[in-house]
Amino acid sequence: MRFSGWRVLREGLTGNKGWKPHWRDPEPKSEYDVVIIGGGGHGLATAYYLAQEHGITNVAVLEKGYLGGGNVGRNTTIVRANYYLPGNSEFYSHSLKLWETMEQDLNYNAMMSQRGIINLFHNDGQRDAAVRRGNSIVNQGDDAELLSRERVRELAPFLNFDNNRFPIMGGLMQRRAGTARHDAVAWGYARGADMRGVDLIQNCEVTGIDVENGKVVGVQTARGPIRAKKVALAAAGRSGQVAAMAGLTLPIESHVLQAFVSEGLKPIVDHVITFAEGHLYISQSDKGGMVFGSYLDFYSSYAARGNLPMVEHTMETFVAMVPALSKARLLRSWGGIMDMTPDGSPIIDHSPIDGLYLNCGWCYGGFKATPGSGSVYAHLIATDRPHGAATKLKLDRFRSGVGLMDEEGTGAQHNLH
Amino acid sequence: MRITCPLCGERDRREFYYKGAALVRPAEGADLDAWHEYVNLRENPAGPLDELWYHEMGCNAWLKVTRDTATHEILAVQLASGAGLGGEK
Repeated sequence: MRFSGWRVLREGLTGNKGWKPHWRDPEPKSEYDVVIIGGGGHGLATAYYLAQEHGITNVAVLEKGYLGGGNVGRNTTIVRANYYLPGNSEFYSHSLKLWETMEQDLNYNAMMSQRGIINLFHNDGQRDAAVRRGNSIVNQGDDAELLSRERVRELAPFLNFDNNRFPIMGGLMQRRAGTARHDAVAWGYARGADMRGVDLIQNCEVTGIDVENGKVVGVQTARGPIRAKKVALAAAGRSGQVAAMAGLTLPIESHVLQAFVSEGLKPIVDHVITFAEGHLYISQSDKGGMVFGSYLDFYSSYAARGNLPMVEHTMETFVAMVPALSKARLLRSWGGIMDMTPDGSPIIDHSPIDGLYLNCGWCYGGFKATPGSGSVYAHLIATDRPHGAATKLKLDRFRSGVGLMDEEGTGAQHNLH
Repeated sequence: MRITCPLCGERDRREFYYKGAALVRPAEGADLDAWHEYVNLRENPAGPLDELWYHEMGCNAWLKVTRDTATHEILAVQLASGAGLGGEK
């Protein structure tokens, strides 16, 4: 079933009776070449690229709940490639390029909107950092543009430019950044993988990983044992528990990050805007809601909900920067479980167990990484060599201390990211 | 979330700074693997976890707090000094 404008028109005129389910609901087979644990954005994208780029279609994605029910459905939908450090820089660059062609590749509307991101700065030090990061982004081959205070005012006149403590001095803009419809990203990859023969198996929690003589041979699941030549983790905030089934301990703490959405408002915020003051990011959804968030709650949590101090902080920062919207009512808030590494950067690598692969440590960068993560992870699983855009996302950097990617320069230890 | 400091009583989460899992510090001269485990690796349980919290806005005591990471329930609090986490002579 292909989607097109004609198809939408025809279905619209005939009562929308011709739409079919986007993917099958197969029973698990007894054996696969590759089993992917986790049916979120990264797991589904990995399955898609395994089939599409490497011709490996005897693949199962095992999901304990429903597809896309984890962090891919719980984020603030921002897509960007404005990182500073080598490692992150080329990886997110690769990912953004895939974002730009994903809808055509998948024949699926992910509502990718390259509306541009503006990182505001409020003092000389932040401006210098923005200039340096902008140059790094340009050197990587992506776009970055320094905006004067007046240019920011033209683009976003509703901001509070003269806050006494945090006046807006300008911004760093990446025009190719933007937002995408998060659920549709998961659904698009799910459909693309299913069409190429991948089995997407929901309500199938993995309860054990079978390892014999240092080599993975399969998994135990709520729906019976499944043998596999290769097993790939893509379990985000639950990575620690899944890895523990294979006897591994990861350099990961799971933390809660809250997100918020207001009632629907008329269009006012045309871009994604981030504030260096108190760290806030906002965008406006196509339904009109202001989607925004700020820091982690900064304690280990699997609760998928946060505490009030961070709600208060986020609201204070929002109202300080966008006083025009101070009377907007908050519609809902939620928490996602972030797999935080000591340096705040991800891991895509072999595990110490033969045939078991790691994709974890996404911290707060998981959504924008979705296509890139799927692409490079599939490459690693298929060829046993890292993809060129992911040579630095190594597990052993924490043990050796070599190649740490501490993007914010705060120090590579757990409670600082 | 409120934590009952043994010295100050029940206080708001905002008074406390979070350090992370309360692990036993390796002895001086321990090998790289021991330090790697201490600095980087985490059991990261979804359930009760021993943690270090610092009562920054109160008495400045380091506390060993047992807290359920799935529910945020505080199960036990004691002073970190004397909790056997290392550093004692």
